[in-house]
Amino acid sequence: MIVALLLCVGALFALALAAVPLAATAAGRPVVYGGALGVTTIAMLIALAAIGATPSELTLPLGLPWLGAHFRLDALAAFFLLVVNLGAAAASLYAIGYGRHEAAPHRVLPFYAAFLGAMNLVVLAADAYSFLLSWELMSLASWALVVSQHRDPDNLRAGFIYIVMASFGTLALLLGFGLLAGQAAGYDFVAMRAAHLSPGLAAMVLALVLIGAGSKAGLVPLHVWLPLAHPAAPSHVSALMSGVMTKVAVYGFIRIVFDLLGAPTWWSAVVVLVLGGVTSVLGVLYALMQHDLKRLLAYHTVENIGIIFIGLGLALAFQANGFAAGAALALTAALFHVFNHSLFKSLLFFGAGAVLTATGERDMEHLGGLIHRMPRTAFLFLVGCAAISALPPLNGFASEWLTFQAILLRPDLPQWALKIAVPADGALLALAAALAAACFVKAFGISFLGRPRSSAAAQAHEVDGYSIAAMGLFAALCLLAGILPGAVIDGLAPVVQALSGARMPVQLAVPWLSIVPSEAARSSYNGLLVFLFIAASAWLTAFAIHRLASHALRRGPAWDCGFPDPRPATQYTADSFAQPIRRVFGTVVFGAHEVVTMPPPGDMSPARIEKTLRDPVWDAFYAPIAGAVGSVTQALNYLQFLTIRRYLSLVFGALVVLLLALALWQ
Amino acid sequence: MAVIRDLLVQGVQMLLVLALAPLLTGVVRKVKARLNRRQGASVIQPYRDLRRLLGKEVVLAENASWLFRVAPYMIFAVTWVAASLIPTFGTGLIFSWSGDLIAITALLGSARFLLALAGLDIGTSFGGIGASREVMIASLAEPAMLMIAVTMALIAGSTQLSTIAGFMLSFGSLRVSLALALFAFIIVAVAENGRIPVDNPATHLELTMVHEAMVLEYSGRHLAMIELASALKLLLYISAIACIFLPWGLASGEAGVGAYAIGGVSYVCKLALGAVALGVFETSIAKMRVFRVPNFLGAGLMLGLLGVLLLFVSLGM
Repeated sequence: MIVALLLCVGALFALALAAVPLAATAAGRPVVYGGALGVTTIAMLIALAAIGATPSELTLPLGLPWLGAHFRLDALAAFFLLVVNLGAAAASLYAIGYGRHEAAPHRVLPFYAAFLGAMNLVVLAADAYSFLLSWELMSLASWALVVSQHRDPDNLRAGFIYIVMASFGTLALLLGFGLLAGQAAGYDFVAMRAAHLSPGLAAMVLALVLIGAGSKAGLVPLHVWLPLAHPAAPSHVSALMSGVMTKVAVYGFIRIVFDLLGAPTWWSAVVVLVLGGVTSVLGVLYALMQHDLKRLLAYHTVENIGIIFIGLGLALAFQANGFAAGAALALTAALFHVFNHSLFKSLLFFGAGAVLTATGERDMEHLGGLIHRMPRTAFLFLVGCAAISALPPLNGFASEWLTFQAILLRPDLPQWALKIAVPADGALLALAAALAAACFVKAFGISFLGRPRSSAAAQAHEVDGYSIAAMGLFAALCLLAGILPGAVIDGLAPVVQALSGARMPVQLAVPWLSIVPSEAARSSYNGLLVFLFIAASAWLTAFAIHRLASHALRRGPAWDCGFPDPRPATQYTADSFAQPIRRVFGTVVFGAHEVVTMPPPGDMSPARIEKTLRDPVWDAFYAPIAGAVGSVTQALNYLQFLTIRRYLSLVFGALVVLLLALALWQ
Repeated sequence: MAVIRDLLVQGVQMLLVLALAPLLTGVVRKVKARLNRRQGASVIQPYRDLRRLLGKEVVLAENASWLFRVAPYMIFAVTWVAASLIPTFGTGLIFSWSGDLIAITALLGSARFLLALAGLDIGTSFGGIGASREVMIASLAEPAMLMIAVTMALIAGSTQLSTIAGFMLSFGSLRVSLALALFAFIIVAVAENGRIPVDNPATHLELTMVHEAMVLEYSGRHLAMIELASALKLLLYISAIACIFLPWGLASGEAGVGAYAIGGVSYVCKLALGAVALGVFETSIAKMRVFRVPNFLGAGLMLGLLGVLLLFVSLGM
């Protein structure tokens, strides 16, 4: 199977090469996207079959001569390959239609196929060299896609910040792998698994992995590039970056921390729990403050990564205390959320792309009323919004329910820090879930409901069938995974078994297709019954009322307490919708500040309201670093304008100092 | 045979909550009127209102979408399903394991999600103000509710309400966390049902309203569904508090007809108690400014979190 998967990767890279000459022709788009759709569908099916199969390995004589390129397909890799290729297949299907509007296809098509191939390769790699090479290839290909619309200076800035952060992250991973390999320089994963690190070194590896994989995934405070770069790319690539590439980063974290690093310590769980909790709440608060639809979605990815890391932190906490069943539950919750997030975030980015195609607008303040003009997109986007807001019976709720059950599982952990961190994370998770619902009421309500706020929104048209099909596929999967969560949990069992040495109870054996978190806990949830109950009672009520009471209906102007104003500007905007939340949370987190300027009586000038928000992460971490770099370069600036004599003496002086240092060292 | 009896109990429960919900609203209104030295409308006035609304035609705003027309039925259905999962007179509900306290909270969240969207659908400023305030209130009330669920789950070992009620029946000692959870629960219930001091169900004064602003554009049978759903929600919260903190009289799974009768009578008594308490509470307190509400709810959230922390610290010591 691993050979077939590597052939798929090879096919994707071949497609990337073929796309260079093809991009200029009319056949480029259907060939590249259609080809990618075919290849990734095959890879997805192979990965699905490989989750339960025995691990297979392959070493190719590529890369470093004494090392070779190791590849390994085990349950964890197979699960992430499934996520990657499912997302990639849907994005390719979507792009067959969406890509028609691409202004410069030669800047997108080759990198698109290479990006897909590189993500697959990261997951397959089984030695540090091929892992880092594919990781960097993935970063560079996605960077090229971010700056594909290079005429917009914002995109160039996003690309610059992205490449700086990505290089920094890769550097951290490189050092981390160096520590894992140790003195013996065992760069393949088998040797790393066998090696035992001292606690100090293990702590350093954890820190480096958190920086390397965390910056790619979007952990606060390393998330700053993400909301800039993800929206800048074409929408199908945004969907891949948010829905899939962040999951590859999560894969990197799981592979190193759960697989290569050996037995976890309890304080590493505390670190991950704190980062996850902070990330989830800050991410959704940032998202609530946005009025750019794609940027809102990108910030929301940060929140979901936080939820995934909460699950991973719980798994580490249980594993460190030798409680395998708990670790299995928490890991299942995290991996289930990985799967769910790749579904609904891709769906939502596809929807945002459809809105962009139909109106040319990403700014929600210029949208509105699209539910009338784009009914199919609106419905599918609504499904995505409900799923990401963790509303039953959709899939987002199932995974968050499992995370809660994991929090409830063992209140008697021996370490005090965990006793505080676990319930605090429960509160943060609850807060994030409630704020997410607020965020998506805003995203859907302002963009799709109400009256159009611009002529572009008033004249929008429904998008093509390929885009609708891709969105429909993911919306259906969101519902399916929500009403049959037991099937997904059972599917994840081999992955969890391999990582934690235990698994959750077999869910499909539970009567009525309910799910139960563990044998001891007497809690259960049944998405299918809840769904059928709601559907049946809504339908019955509507039917009975229309039959027995009244079905008369008259259209009239809106009531609005007797003073309807026909101007769309009188509606609530994205900013005003978020104003109460900005006042409650924003004043604390963002130092939100409003200044209202009222003209004196008799003055005909308009009243103004101005709001200012500070980004605490940028202020605390990045502004000082940028300032320091700036002042150092400023101070060294005069070195640029010296005479040749001074340069020569400078070189001579430097040489003497270095030789002296060497002599002293010896 | 047992399955048939369980199904029967479940069906009776679903019809009972539906039948009692308007009466509960009527009793609360009557209590408030009497405390104001008014005669007040009859306690069955809500039934008459519903019948009248159901018979009327719907006047729909010109740019209302399908969402606006579907939402009332969905909101009602979701609330009804949530209410049917709460043990009222007996714990042996056959479908209670299809959703626990977390799921009930999330189901109510779904209803609110739809209602807030319906408020935004017409594109009027009142709908917007109601929706944006509602989500602000919910962003604090929902985590508080989840913290209560966590507290109960830690004490009773399950998030399932039937199990929690059964456990509380036999639970002898007192815990500080329980008292904290009760206070938090009351705060959440007041906020979620749009009661004074958070919102005023009786007002149409523009700037003070939340729930009424969202449903301003509804009429006829749609409004009837929304009204019935909010009455059900009030009943749901009072039933949940009664089932967790006053579980006495609840019939257990294999009880006979007599036990169910006792359960039914005690349930009605508990509801009456809740209605009177709510009426007295609402009459004795003034409405808060909107931006005071977060402090009130924040207190609820903190109480819930404190309860959980206490349990985490004290269990397994």
